[in-house]
Amino acid sequence: MGRILIQDVAKRYLNRRYNERTNDAHTTKKTITVLEHVSLEFQDGEMVCILGPSGCGKSTLLRMVAGFESATSGKILIDDQPVIEPSSDYIFVFQHNGLLPWMTVWENVELGLRHLNNEQEKTDTIQEYIDMVELEGFESYYPHQLSGGMQRRAELARAIVVNPELLIMDEPFSGLDFLTHLKMREEVVNMHQFIKKTIVVVTHDIDDALVMADRVVVMGNAPNNVVLDRKLDFPHPRNIEKVDGLRELRDELYLMLGVNYAV
Amino acid sequence: MKNKSLLLSLLSFSLLIILWAVFTHFGNFSDQVFPSPILVLNSAIELFNNGTLLQHVVASLYRVTVGFYLAVLLGIPLGIMLGRMTLVRQLVNPIIQFLRPISPLAWIPLAMLWFGIGDKPAIFLIFLSSFFPLVVATTMAVSSINPVYFHVASNFNFSQQEIIKKVIIPAILPEVLTALRLTIAIAWLVVVAAEMIAVQSGLGYLILDARNALRMDIVMVGMIVIGMIGVMLDLIMLRLAAIDSIAWNKES
Repeated sequence: MGRILIQDVAKRYLNRRYNERTNDAHTTKKTITVLEHVSLEFQDGEMVCILGPSGCGKSTLLRMVAGFESATSGKILIDDQPVIEPSSDYIFVFQHNGLLPWMTVWENVELGLRHLNNEQEKTDTIQEYIDMVELEGFESYYPHQLSGGMQRRAELARAIVVNPELLIMDEPFSGLDFLTHLKMREEVVNMHQFIKKTIVVVTHDIDDALVMADRVVVMGNAPNNVVLDRKLDFPHPRNIEKVDGLRELRDELYLMLGVNYAV
Repeated sequence: MKNKSLLLSLLSFSLLIILWAVFTHFGNFSDQVFPSPILVLNSAIELFNNGTLLQHVVASLYRVTVGFYLAVLLGIPLGIMLGRMTLVRQLVNPIIQFLRPISPLAWIPLAMLWFGIGDKPAIFLIFLSSFFPLVVATTMAVSSINPVYFHVASNFNFSQQEIIKKVIIPAILPEVLTALRLTIAIAWLVVVAAEMIAVQSGLGYLILDARNALRMDIVMVGMIVIGMIGVMLDLIMLRLAAIDSIAWNKES
């Protein structure tokens, strides 16, 4: 379970620009094509990393997979079912402020389990996942009382406690300091090996993709949205410097994203 | 730090009273025009002891409470609705923006005609003074909620009721409390004015009645009590806004 099929998906926005001279919001109607003919297939349990420059539509694609937005044309299927609306089977992990800030860590993690009738089971499960992300002792803290890394871990606990078929992460490490970034990345890799669910991650960081991914997708601007789609068959944990093939792939990816990797 | 600021405000009030005493002592004013602090204090004690002061305070607070609660009860749900429904907002907002700048005091003739004499017109004026600012503040707070929270809600299959209870209300609470704090100050301003017209009780009536009797000492007692209660109302709102689950937006 957790197989994703993206079939010939396109996304166009009608850009209604405000015209100052005529005071009319509808005078300049311009269609902006973000995605065009995107077809991808992700296997069950795969860790997929999507790379690409800002504005190439990778976050839009992610939101469509989660059901927050609909495609202008084409189909997105998860386990052969078309995605119509958001569901707790596919949990989205947000880039910023994904925790509800007026709820404690405990209450946030409880969100996905709030319909569970067995109080004992509910309490035990919540505690188990809070412990898993090493937030024991912080159950009654509010998000603004936690560091950025702790907030991400709490959100991760909230996401995996519902045992979703699919985890969707939008730049999960952005804004973290260097060491926290590396630790979080390691935790996500470990978590993936533990829960064995499909995870789709959008990132700007080539090293993230190389260390984490079972499949790397490089996206570009429409109409050529999918620049590269490659399976990565390397065992974890990976050390980019020491694994033949990863270093070469890194240089290739840097070139593909428009940077001559030298330093 | 907190003790220091308390000490400083006590000091500034003491200085004000000393200045007032010196001014009246050497200023050669008649007690009818500018009574001394001692005289005002004596009148205050007298009014307090015979119970009239408390009676007027209760009358004023009653009107503010009822008018204010009505405004909260109607204004905040309306604001939530306007914030959520773009079409309704475009329909209703122009009317609200038009009525909002009309001072509640301009409504006095109509209020008396519609509601007669007594508590009702005063409560109506309080309601008007609080209702529009609350609607506007709530509408703005709702429409500026971070869309991520609604995504989270749909991701975890929230029902409409849960979206209102667990997302919208807590999300707007800090801003709404700020609006309540500003609004209760306006309501308190308006009640005194309203009581000078249509009623026979309340701090506004006390002041008007004392003026007619040329008792400026009682006028000043009324003013001082109004000021003290205003500060008290503000402090209560500040306390509310500092609760952790409400003040989720404060800097860590």
